Amino acid sequence: MNIENLDFYTQAILTLAALIGLTSFLMLGQGRLLRLVFVFALQGLLLAIATALAAYSLNEPHLYISAVITLALKVFLIPWMIRRQIFKMNIHRDTEALKNKTAVMLGGASLVVFSYYVLHPVLHNTPVVMLNALATSLSVVLLGMLLMISHRQAIAHVVGFMSIENGLFFAAIVSTNGMPMVVELGIAFDVLVAAILFGIFFLHIRSSIDSLDVDMLNRLNEVDK
Amino acid sequence: MIAVYLLLLLSVTGIFYFALLGHRPQVGRINTWFNTASFLITVWLAINIFLNGNIISANQLFIVDSFNIYLIVLTAFVGLTTSIFSDAYMAHEKEIGRLTDKRLKVYYAMYQGFMLAMYLVLVSNNMGMMWVAMEAATLATVMLVSLYRTPESIEAAWKYFILCGVGIAQAMFGTILLYYAAIQIGDVENALLWSVLYESAEHLNPEIMEIAFVFMLVGYGTKIGLVPLHNWLPDAHSEGPTPMSAVLSGLLLNDALYAVVRNKMLVDGATQSHIAGFFMMGFGLLSFLVAAIFLNRQKDIKRLFSYSSIEHMGLMTFSFGLGTPLSTFAALLHMMVHSLTKSAIFVTVGHASQIAGTQRIEKIRGLIKTQPTVGWGLLIGTLAIAGFPPFGVFTSEFLVLLATMQSYPWLTPLLLLGIGLAGAGLFRNIQPMVYGKQSDGQLPVQANLWPVMIHLALVLWLGLAIPTFLADWFSQATVLISGSAPL
Repeated sequence: MNIENLDFYTQAILTLAALIGLTSFLMLGQGRLLRLVFVFALQGLLLAIATALAAYSLNEPHLYISAVITLALKVFLIPWMIRRQIFKMNIHRDTEALKNKTAVMLGGASLVVFSYYVLHPVLHNTPVVMLNALATSLSVVLLGMLLMISHRQAIAHVVGFMSIENGLFFAAIVSTNGMPMVVELGIAFDVLVAAILFGIFFLHIRSSIDSLDVDMLNRLNEVDK
Repeated sequence: MIAVYLLLLLSVTGIFYFALLGHRPQVGRINTWFNTASFLITVWLAINIFLNGNIISANQLFIVDSFNIYLIVLTAFVGLTTSIFSDAYMAHEKEIGRLTDKRLKVYYAMYQGFMLAMYLVLVSNNMGMMWVAMEAATLATVMLVSLYRTPESIEAAWKYFILCGVGIAQAMFGTILLYYAAIQIGDVENALLWSVLYESAEHLNPEIMEIAFVFMLVGYGTKIGLVPLHNWLPDAHSEGPTPMSAVLSGLLLNDALYAVVRNKMLVDGATQSHIAGFFMMGFGLLSFLVAAIFLNRQKDIKRLFSYSSIEHMGLMTFSFGLGTPLSTFAALLHMMVHSLTKSAIFVTVGHASQIAGTQRIEKIRGLIKTQPTVGWGLLIGTLAIAGFPPFGVFTSEFLVLLATMQSYPWLTPLLLLGIGLAGAGLFRNIQPMVYGKQSDGQLPVQANLWPVMIHLALVLWLGLAIPTFLADWFSQATVLISGSAPL
């Protein structure tokens, strides 16, 4: 099947899926916090566009509301909150030297392959575009986890956490035209509360270990030494 | 149905009340009143269910059936008794200067927030709402884990937040896949409603449902504390205030397991095979054994009992995984007796650590001389949780063993080994704490041990005879989950 034969909506969703996947990789290799937050906002924007597009093409007016919520939360509010924290903590000039950057990137690539492998059984009775979109969202989720593993800054962990939410949201949009409204509002509320709590946590971590390097959170062990 | 709305509304009121007025002197008692009211409402609800059978709300958002009704009452009951304990406990903590007024406000508001989330998880008929409530439970408790603001507690809370947040995201992916499978069979409007899906489970695409279940098991499993996703659990239990440990162990873990089982019922219907059960058996058995071993190496009394919680949750997961009517019945009973016993133990542990001024096991000695009620409470609680007859935990563990012998006899030695290891680990540590030579500086504290006694009496009662109405609910739930009656 050639991509030209698909309708406009499918083509656009595939392109957006590719771009969203790309932003995940960009975040993975990013050592500067401000740029990391910028790429995160970019991912949010792509997500909002995908949602609005789905709302328009599939004639699902309730998706417009989701698009607006996404735009407000993921593009403006949360990135702005994290940015403010970064400046407040005076860590906007810090660069984090990532260990094993190549290995992490290769790991990321294999996670994408893995997502395709896991979701392959779905292919039986669905269009190919669905597999691509679902696999991309799963890879965004997994790449978000990898981001959290490979970065040591608490801020990067929060960005990874939020980008996992992005992946889930994209999956919901493309595969099911969005969750029911009540669920979507609930999720948005949870994300917002989580973002606020993270802000409070930065202050606590900062005041307790005088840094946001989570590697230094190592007092508690599985077994007492 | 009014009862459900009242219950939820009451908790919401509680959040706002304590957020604004949580610094007043009598606040602990008011919290108790709130929880008493909730408990009475749930009893009313239970009587309704008993007389009229299952109910689903008009907008189909809420469901109360024989599976969740006893958990709802149990949640309200443990919430109530823990709030009685927390009144005295928090007053003591404030006296010794570990807490300020502002943090007490947070504590009481979030206590109600947590209860709200728990009720929502249980009564939710919409699988998406269930997920949202589960996540809300994390958000409500995370600030409570770090309530003391020690570096350790902040670390524990951060770990809890990140691990459970990421874990539960997997469950969301599973829920999205479930929704995807559901809209393929039509009826987009009701595609996430459990009651609707359960009716038409055999039409759901089995391949998608299998994948969905793996994600949901990993996601909610993080909250159950299944190995290897359990790291947050001992930390959060040991560093947070003790009333929090009691409700985390007694309620949160149960509710996460409840979510898994609800999903398993759909997956079983779709795949018509035992695949979901095998996953649960594997995870459950691994958690059970690993926790039983790690339990022997703990030096902190609250960590000790949190590993015991992982062990028991593993056993329940295993037992639900077995999937025979008998094992399902046993798991339902075990959910109840474990929750009652473990919250009672955490209450006594809280008092014990206040008496000794520390949670280190080697510094707590001779409780039975310092404050006999606490010493006896701890001893009897440990006896009950280790599975000694005639307590209820013995009954349920015995049934699990029996069910295992019927379907997978070669797994029985492993279960016996785990139970033995855990019992040895518990008694090795508890014996000197209760009987040993009193250490210096241990002073009796003001303690209210009524909750402990009531809990243990109930566990004893359940061990000797299960009341008819409860047995009926268990049997109905067993039919619902496993397809046939237990006996």
